[in-house]
Amino acid sequence: MSRNKFTHRRVFFYFLFSTSALVLLVTLFSIQVINDSYKLSAENNVIKAVTIYPERGYIFDRDGVLLVTNQRAYDLMVTPRQIKNLDTLALCDIIKINKEHFDKYLKRAKRYSSRKASLFLKEISKQTAAQLQERLYEFPGFYLQERTMREYPEKSAAHILGYVSQVPDYILKKDNYYKLKDNYGISGVESSYEKVLRGVQGIKYLVRDVWNKSKGSFADGKYDSLAVNGKDIELSIDIQLQKYAEQLMLNKKGSIVAIEPSTGEILSLVSSPYFDPNALIGRSRSPNFNRMYKDDNKPLFDRSLLAEYPPGSTFKLVNALIGLQEDVIFDGTRFKCDEGWRFSSKLKIGCHVHRSPLNLIESIEQSCNAYYCNTFRRIVEKYPTAEEGYENWRNHVLSFGLGKFLNNDLYNGRPGRVPTLDFYNRQYGKGGWKAPTVISLAIGQDALVVSPIQMANMCAAIANRGHYYTPHIVRKVDGLSLNDSTYTIAKLTSIDKKHFTTVVNGMERVFTGKHGTAKTARLKDIEICGKTGTAENPHGADHSIFIAFAPKDNPQIALAVYVENGGWGSTWAAPIASLMIEKYLTGKISNTKQEAFILNGNLMNTEDAKE
Amino acid sequence: MRKNKSVFANIDWFLVFIYLLMLLFGWLNIYSANYDEGTFDLFTMQAEPGKQLFWIGTSCIWLFFILLLDGKFYTTFSYFIYALMIFLLIGVLIVGKEIGGARSWYDLGNFSLQPSEFAKVGVLLALSKYLSQLNLTLDKLDTQIKALAIIGLPILLILLQPDAGSAIVFASLFLVLFREGIHVVYLAILGLAISLFVVTLKFEVNIAMIVTILFAGLFAYLLKKGKNSIKPALFSLILGLGFVQSVGYLYNDLLRPHHRNRIDLILGKIDDIHGAGYNLNQSKIAIGSGGVFGKGFLDGTQTKFNFVPEQSTDFIFCTIGEEWGFVGSLITIGLFMALLFRLIILAERQRSAFSRVYGYGVATILFTHFFINIAMTIGVMPVIGIPLPFFSYGGSSLWSFSILLFIFIKLDAYRMDILR
Repeated sequence: MSRNKFTHRRVFFYFLFSTSALVLLVTLFSIQVINDSYKLSAENNVIKAVTIYPERGYIFDRDGVLLVTNQRAYDLMVTPRQIKNLDTLALCDIIKINKEHFDKYLKRAKRYSSRKASLFLKEISKQTAAQLQERLYEFPGFYLQERTMREYPEKSAAHILGYVSQVPDYILKKDNYYKLKDNYGISGVESSYEKVLRGVQGIKYLVRDVWNKSKGSFADGKYDSLAVNGKDIELSIDIQLQKYAEQLMLNKKGSIVAIEPSTGEILSLVSSPYFDPNALIGRSRSPNFNRMYKDDNKPLFDRSLLAEYPPGSTFKLVNALIGLQEDVIFDGTRFKCDEGWRFSSKLKIGCHVHRSPLNLIESIEQSCNAYYCNTFRRIVEKYPTAEEGYENWRNHVLSFGLGKFLNNDLYNGRPGRVPTLDFYNRQYGKGGWKAPTVISLAIGQDALVVSPIQMANMCAAIANRGHYYTPHIVRKVDGLSLNDSTYTIAKLTSIDKKHFTTVVNGMERVFTGKHGTAKTARLKDIEICGKTGTAENPHGADHSIFIAFAPKDNPQIALAVYVENGGWGSTWAAPIASLMIEKYLTGKISNTKQEAFILNGNLMNTEDAKE
Repeated sequence: MRKNKSVFANIDWFLVFIYLLMLLFGWLNIYSANYDEGTFDLFTMQAEPGKQLFWIGTSCIWLFFILLLDGKFYTTFSYFIYALMIFLLIGVLIVGKEIGGARSWYDLGNFSLQPSEFAKVGVLLALSKYLSQLNLTLDKLDTQIKALAIIGLPILLILLQPDAGSAIVFASLFLVLFREGIHVVYLAILGLAISLFVVTLKFEVNIAMIVTILFAGLFAYLLKKGKNSIKPALFSLILGLGFVQSVGYLYNDLLRPHHRNRIDLILGKIDDIHGAGYNLNQSKIAIGSGGVFGKGFLDGTQTKFNFVPEQSTDFIFCTIGEEWGFVGSLITIGLFMALLFRLIILAERQRSAFSRVYGYGVATILFTHFFINIAMTIGVMPVIGIPLPFFSYGGSSLWSFSILLFIFIKLDAYRMDILR
């Protein structure tokens, strides 16, 4: 009992125990109650959001032929923070990349986020994916994500369809639907119908343990969302016609645009040189893209929508119609042509040698320049001032869908140019110009430029005798016809229907007339109407142009053909138009000799002749 | 004596109740840490919860025998038991199974036995026996040396395994000597040495030197009333400065790299949540994510999916923290406080010095385990791998803690029979 005098020292123990407990409780209160970051860390630890990629919509042609489908591909994903004890060499060996690439890809992934999963290697083969899947547990932090890749069974219509690639940075920034490396329609229908085709991504939250093994879904899937597959699209394209058009344009630069006049549906849209759309999928995209990007013939450039050429003589049709509408000419009006039209000793528009004078129908048949110079002058000079006269003329031209965007469902487009008053006032000074100053407009030259699709549409407007439907490429989405008033309501031109008869008869004579400029391209059983054109090309041989529609009554196809450096419209463009029409309307070709000539024609080297 | 009395007569039911509560709560958490939908039955001997049930059951048999034995048995055989334990500690160095670089375990086929756990009982009995001698005072140097030797011998043997955690637990028994009258200066020196060690590592030698000088000045001021204030102050100053200078050696040459890492982590000198700091970080995430009320029984994700290492043994508190939240932390700490306070109260009411020393010893050992274990899971202390008494999975520790506690309960029940 002697040491019981130290009994007070028990207080030290009470003190020690209590303060220790207090230290623990304060710390615990801080990390459990006050600090929230641990809760987040815990979720990051165990909950992994797996994106469920919807299947991208299929694309069909107007007859239900499958143009774009999907194939399976696997992406190797990585969450850099979760990488542990990585056997780099073993992984490189399986996915067949070298160490430098491995380091590069990993660095890229880390730059994006070390906590979030991102793409490590895109679109690896099925065999490699299968091999990797078995050994994936050895590589924590890595997982395979199944996704789909485009496939183009018809190997055609690359410009129309466009391609799918990873989402560009600027989209990534403004649209938070997309994640790094998601698929995104870059051009063509893939781009303009991106939201329809892509569907909606689903998310599945998985719980997994420290070894990255799945432990089932989080909260019984309460927060999961299902993927919604993309919708299928039916294009207005006739793939047989499209492929035939591509064959005709082989080794030529230029474009063919064919439209169904009664609906505005685009039947074919060719830009040449063209390429197999399969060149732009998977890992071969990047080398192929770079090769084509550097190609002098610019195969990636969609001439049918983006090229702007002077319409040339095809534009005489519009001037004839305006002249009739403005009552400055009538069917019987004749103008003298002395190998051209003279205004002064300095100003002269030349013409080829033909009988003179010609009436309206004959002027179309033989494409007389002088006739239209006179007509254009009368149209403009009908009004007190050149400005008023010109503005009136210009409004008629605009009503054919020229000089402005078509505002359709195509990914690309150009407005072309029908020069404004300002344009000429700037060039010549206000009051410094009159009809003769801009007389080249009479024959579709001067500053007037149009795109091939606008030309085709102009042709359709004539075929319809005064109205057109905005050209468009998509007929149905998800099996339902588009009921978009943009495409179902006819756009009227400013020309009365009655004035078209003479012009259309003139167009027929282009094929049937003794002096018709396209008489060699005539078709035996089809009444076909057309007009040749030649666009002056300051860089080399002139561009060969032709617009045509058929049959004459109740037309089913209207088209515009441009062949760069093809010379006269009658040489290349007219036969191509005629072959296209016969192919579309009858499914066979009667003039096989002409066909062979076109198919074998090679204009690609004329580029050398320039300058 | 009252031979025909029941085994359970006079026992402190409060302690027994707390003990049982801890076992129950501990087992639930071991069950949860192992719980995984679709895996084998957790009640078989292949699974930790099943095995732990077996350990709990066998503990109860032990406890029955402990209560059955006469209280005199422990005083009589204390040195013998101590000798036996020392023998086992020597033996394990020779025939022990090496696990994780330490020879701490006897391999007994299906089971392993950790002698350092049972040695606690032997050391406590021997210390109690030695200190309970009549007219013994801890003022004398030879008494101090003998008492320290009883504690020091097993520490030496355990350090040879090596098992720093258990050694620290034994070292904490020094606190019992304090209760028995050793001069307060020893405690102060110990406290100062630890503080200087931490300050030196956390900051740098120069700052620690300044702190030492300040302490010496304070010491001199306190002694001012006495006659000779210069000499002891100067002596302590030199001693302190010498110690500070040798911290670098202690730290760099005596500690192993992983010890250094753990200390550096706590002092915030390294921040590496993927390497050395991975366990601590995951442990804090598990506990921190529990919030106020926890994620609920069996609903913890961090411990269940093995983000936390040793989740049913040394890091069992992570499961408690994650699934029961701050409330669970409060309950656990509350249970320990009740147990420890009750032990001190009971120890103080003993008539025999033997029982009192033993009681304090039990309290000190349980406290050290409790504090270090929880503190390490939340980053208050470096990671020192010792179990949380009655909670952690493991037969050796559960048995030894139960025996430790119930010998005291028996001694306490027996207190009326002692006339001394």
